[in-house]
Amino acid sequence: MNNQAYMVPNPVTPCQAIIIDPKLCTGCNTCVEVCRTDVLVPNPEREKPPIVLYPDECWFGGCCVAHCPVPGAIRMEHPLNQRVGWKRKETGEYFRIGMKNPPPPNTRPPVGGW
Amino acid sequence: MSEIRYAQVKEWPYPVHYGKENEVSADVLIIGGGVAGCHAAINAAKRGAKVVVVDKGAVIRSGSAGAGIDHWHDACTNPCCRITPEEMVESGAAQSFGLTGYITCKESYDTLLDVEKMGVGIRDVDDEFAGAAFRDEKTRLMFAYDYENKHIIRLRGGANMKPALYNELERLNAETYEHIMVTSLLTEGSKTGSRVVGATGVNIRTGEFYIFKAKATVLSTSQPSGLWVFSTELVGSYIELFDPNCTGDGHAMAWEVGAEFTLVERSGPSMGIFHYPAYGTGNAHNTWYACTIVDATGKEIPWVDRDGRVLKTVSERYRPAPGQKLFTHAAIIANIPYEVRGPSLIPDLAERIKKGEYVLPFYADLPGMPEHERRAIFGLMVGNEGKTRIPIYETYTKAGFDPDQDMLQTNVLPPEKAGSYEPWWCMHSGGTGPPQWREGGGGIVVVDWDLKTNLEGLYAAGHVGGGFGCATASSTGRYAGRKAAAYARTAAEPVINRKQVEEEKARVYAPVSRNGGIGWKELQAGLCRIMQDYCGEYKGEETLKMGLKWLNSIRESEAARAYARNPHELKRTLECLSHITVGEMIMHASLARKASSKAEVWGADFKRIDYPEMDPPEWNKFVTIRLENGEVKVGELPFNYWLLPPNAPTYEENYDRHCGL
Repeated sequence: MNNQAYMVPNPVTPCQAIIIDPKLCTGCNTCVEVCRTDVLVPNPEREKPPIVLYPDECWFGGCCVAHCPVPGAIRMEHPLNQRVGWKRKETGEYFRIGMKNPPPPNTRPPVGGW
Repeated sequence: MSEIRYAQVKEWPYPVHYGKENEVSADVLIIGGGVAGCHAAINAAKRGAKVVVVDKGAVIRSGSAGAGIDHWHDACTNPCCRITPEEMVESGAAQSFGLTGYITCKESYDTLLDVEKMGVGIRDVDDEFAGAAFRDEKTRLMFAYDYENKHIIRLRGGANMKPALYNELERLNAETYEHIMVTSLLTEGSKTGSRVVGATGVNIRTGEFYIFKAKATVLSTSQPSGLWVFSTELVGSYIELFDPNCTGDGHAMAWEVGAEFTLVERSGPSMGIFHYPAYGTGNAHNTWYACTIVDATGKEIPWVDRDGRVLKTVSERYRPAPGQKLFTHAAIIANIPYEVRGPSLIPDLAERIKKGEYVLPFYADLPGMPEHERRAIFGLMVGNEGKTRIPIYETYTKAGFDPDQDMLQTNVLPPEKAGSYEPWWCMHSGGTGPPQWREGGGGIVVVDWDLKTNLEGLYAAGHVGGGFGCATASSTGRYAGRKAAAYARTAAEPVINRKQVEEEKARVYAPVSRNGGIGWKELQAGLCRIMQDYCGEYKGEETLKMGLKWLNSIRESEAARAYARNPHELKRTLECLSHITVGEMIMHASLARKASSKAEVWGADFKRIDYPEMDPPEWNKFVTIRLENGEVKVGELPFNYWLLPPNAPTYEENYDRHCGL
């Protein structure tokens, strides 16, 4: 346990909106360019991941994810109070976005492909 | 501990040059680069005009349809359609009404063929749906809702619509000015009611100032959104369908220079911040039409036609009722006339839930749907619609959701809200928020058969001009682009009035030189409270007048002290000023309509406590408002003004006379 604590403002909004994997992100700023509300701004340090400055203004359109050239470098995450559930018809099992031990991904692409 | 979340305050990442002027000249200036603006730009450029498109975002993805589109309305001229444009408009089945509705029915399919040439997939080219009831084997077109009449087309590549339009703009050398908020229209001699000769803008990253000089201007901005509901805590994916940039700036700037508006007082109940992700819960309407809904025990909720006849098969949900010519989908049922009302879930669902006949929660039974329909709903529609390809299709499938096995839960609402349409359609679950929460106000600019406003040089397309929905916005953009280019060919050289520019610069930059005062969020939330209290579901003379008084009071006081610490906050603060203007417009129009109205008549749920009589015949008309020498001028127009003198008596004659083809 670390006893360091900070005087910081509360989280801006009850969601993260988008999450960038700094290991995968190349800092190309494509997501910054396509974002309609400037949720992301470029990092002043070149080639570093953009900064998620205004998560509270995210439209959740997913354009940043759609245009990212590196799969998995950026993902959109629904706020906790927006996560829905479903029921498997044959087995009656319940699932939920964000659950522990989720079922395996369904890899079928949409009509027309990705 | 994340470096990003606990970063020190850093300097703004873009070079800031408040007030630095950039001058841009165009034959045709397009304000708003959504689908309407792009089609306007493409069609003006094809006619040789020098075109400039200005947008708050990046045109490749900006606008309400920027993230994608799954189906295309009013495609009456496609080779499979059995409905004429006249039948479509006169029956009330068209997405828009009157002249914009007719223009769409005439050009919607041609507009779709335009985008197909740009690389957007509109056909089942890989025969994934061969043999499906909604697919035409010859053209490989696929249809939604009414499979007999085939007036609405499913788009297998609609997610790529905006990038394709953007590439076409580049190919035609239309110039795009992105991340720029247009703040005002410029007029000849700086006068209200005179010719529009351009616009001013501010770059929302650098703070630089733009002066756009143009022979013709197309206003292609959206419906104002967020006028009644704002929360600093609960925003995100449940905000209204419209892009959060759609704050009514186009309405406010056109109003200030004397453009005439109508339907401004129209608004409807809002779910506000209680939305779930768009099309992201189990439902049976719109993109999810006509998915089977089952209760918690697996019992199916019956579907009925417009006459209450229970439909025994899934395929009947996609056919008109006996004796019915055509139908349109019934998501927002109150507005849909009996003549074209489509199938829906049983209308007495609420009572039957309360009696225990059906047990909550309900589920969208995708596995129970025929395979082609299941794949069309989730793979094609959800896979291509804006705000669903990544947020729903990708997110849900990665989390393991499999439409072949899984039933998506519908959101649980009180049984009263389980009307035949509401909870299963996540966007318009009317009334889930408090009654003061409204959406949709601000109306449209009055346009003639040239899609020209009452101001010389100013044309309108898309939502601001009455073009509701993607097909209508695109079709009216296509038409307005032609008309604006034709006008620009012979129009006099525009002259910018320097005094008007200086006044606008002073207004625009005031927030960045203030210390103290309030931030944009407090201002926005305060304005929403005025709209809720004084312009909510029930309206009255005294409360509307007080609303006007308090909006003006805020303009003089708190808004005059609002600060902006960077160009982004400047944009948001200026949007609040647009909000004040649009709020005033709505209250003026609400005062002018001295009668109540049901939604069916002119699409409004309009209640005046002091004039409770519903739809007295003398009020079956459009109320118009405009600004003249600082005074609000109220007028009226008959509901069919587009077919009355000086216009010709039929849609076809007017279209042939004006379309410019």
